[in-house]
Amino acid sequence: MNGARANLVAKPVGAWRRWAVFGVLGLGVTVVLGRAFQLQVLQRDFLVQEGDKRHIRTLVIPGHRGDIRDRRGEPLALSAPVEMIWAVPAALLESPQHVYAVAKLLNKNPRELDKFLRDREDRKFVYISDPISPADAQRVLALKAPGVFSEPSYARYYPAGEVAAQVVGFCGRDGQGLEGLERAQEAALAGKAGSRRVIRDRAGRVVEDNLESRDAQAGRDLALTLDLRIQYLAYRELKAAVAKNNARGGLVVVADSSTGEILAMASSPGFNPNNMEDRKGGGERNRAITDSFEPGSTVKPVLIAQALSLGLYQPTSHVDTTPGFLKVGSLTVHDVHPQGDIDLATVLSKSSNVGAAKIGLSLGAEAVWSGYQHFGFGEPVYSGFPGEASPVLRHFSEWGQIATATASYGYGLSLNALHLVRAYSALANDGLMPHLHLLEGASPVPPQRAVSANIASEVRQLMEGVVAKGGTAERAAIPGYRVAGKTGTIRKISGEGGYAENKHQSVFIGMLPAEHPRLVGLVMIDEPAAGDYYGGLVAAPVFSTVMQGAARLLRIPPGSEKLPATPLPALPSTQTVALPLAEPRT
Amino acid sequence: MRSLRSLVEGRGGLLLPLALALAVVVSALAVVRTKHENRALVNDLDRLRAERERLDMEWSQLQLEEATLSHHARVEKIAREQLGMTEPRDYAVVSSKP
Repeated sequence: MNGARANLVAKPVGAWRRWAVFGVLGLGVTVVLGRAFQLQVLQRDFLVQEGDKRHIRTLVIPGHRGDIRDRRGEPLALSAPVEMIWAVPAALLESPQHVYAVAKLLNKNPRELDKFLRDREDRKFVYISDPISPADAQRVLALKAPGVFSEPSYARYYPAGEVAAQVVGFCGRDGQGLEGLERAQEAALAGKAGSRRVIRDRAGRVVEDNLESRDAQAGRDLALTLDLRIQYLAYRELKAAVAKNNARGGLVVVADSSTGEILAMASSPGFNPNNMEDRKGGGERNRAITDSFEPGSTVKPVLIAQALSLGLYQPTSHVDTTPGFLKVGSLTVHDVHPQGDIDLATVLSKSSNVGAAKIGLSLGAEAVWSGYQHFGFGEPVYSGFPGEASPVLRHFSEWGQIATATASYGYGLSLNALHLVRAYSALANDGLMPHLHLLEGASPVPPQRAVSANIASEVRQLMEGVVAKGGTAERAAIPGYRVAGKTGTIRKISGEGGYAENKHQSVFIGMLPAEHPRLVGLVMIDEPAAGDYYGGLVAAPVFSTVMQGAARLLRIPPGSEKLPATPLPALPSTQTVALPLAEPRT
Repeated sequence: MRSLRSLVEGRGGLLLPLALALAVVVSALAVVRTKHENRALVNDLDRLRAERERLDMEWSQLQLEEATLSHHARVEKIAREQLGMTEPRDYAVVSSKP
């Protein structure tokens, strides 16, 4: 027992063993701490970065481009999603049967696609399709071909096609506006893409997204004052008239005379903005705004308004135009038919150049010039459309007798179509000249007084003779409505200087209903070559069809005196109301 | 005397850490739960965003389709050719107003 106890007594152990254990433990601690130090301190940035790379993703939030719509909300330009198929060539080439299937779905020749991919085998990213619809892209992806992916993007579509093509314009491949309002309103339409950083788990689900983010800003939608129904009507009739008269082109503008809203602005030749190839034919020019021309006889009502407001003439005044021509210095002014001693209504209805020149000369250069200035012939229209043609109206101090005479019947100055529409809107709107605009809700510019209300209404009465029987534009008449207007048959300046014998612009501009006009319309056919070239024969019929349609669409009631005399049985009232968006007259 | 103090101290010294440890465990579980819920909700949000994006796309495609189908040229062609319609050039507007 004693011996056993003695056995149990531990022998003193050498101190080295303790130290050895401590040493091993210490070494372990040092290694662990050292590794921790290395990871936590020395390699921290690198590792955090690597971790983020595997879990944190920056997602792009698309900022859509705004739509363009007409006044009734019909789309004129829309962005719609498309997909672009791309591939990693080396990966796809490894399974030839997939190359074949993908090529079939993309409507490509499999051999060509194979060669296309082989040529680019060392690349990591190759587009193998044009933009295609998401449904088609899904079909391609469903093949599960190796190395084939799809990238969503946006394409711009123009549902109205060529009908409103020049006004709306178009965007390039990168989505930037290149022409028309797409270009003018780029800042408003363009959306700004945002981004957000998220943490994703292994399955690719977003699990945390309260990291930094930048909100996307969608582009603003643009509402135009155009009415697509009238626009279509105008474009259809214009296209038909241009084809019928074998003309170089033409334009139609319809505006609301009291608000200055442009309801239709068609221009021919046109182009299809959905077709990239079609965009370079010259049809993309919006002739109503970018082209200027000499207004010719269409300025005569403006001249007469000035003559009346100066009190030098009365609506009943007579002008002696015998013998049908007038010599002013070296210039001889001709009438097509000698008219003799005529009143102002006949000066307009027969479009007498001699009468207009005599009136202009008796007013003097300064009075004619200031009359034109009042009607805005000297200042831009500020329509907000790119490439607007500036008017050319020289100062009266540079005018001699000849310039005064020619200016009186509309030569020696140049305007774009909107200038004429604006001036006639002033006559239509009781002397108040509105600001013409294309964008709904554009900052309202107060109308300018061009002439007194009395005189505007007197000139309108005089202009009704143009459309009446015996006037130059019987064909502009619209059954049921009183129409006031004026023809213009303008000789174009030829390339060699001077006026070309057989190149004309046929114009008709008018308003309806004449007693209280709501609409002003202008039709211009450029170089009709099928025989007729008088404004009353070429342009007036287009005016009549377009304006009749517009009046019906806008429910403008016909003049009272032409309503059927016999009372018809009472029917449910067809409401004949004002233009919904018309502002009260000021 | 000494044993009493140690007892009190012992009890106090034991209760407080125990309670705190329990609280830590409970709050840790709560954190786990909240975090999980957060992730589930974020995931939902993301799914809904994708859904909204998809619906937006569908909407613009449908608008496009509608505009193409209701294009005036198409409607006119059908009205004139298939349905044999014309527009009357002369017509009377009957108004109940005097």
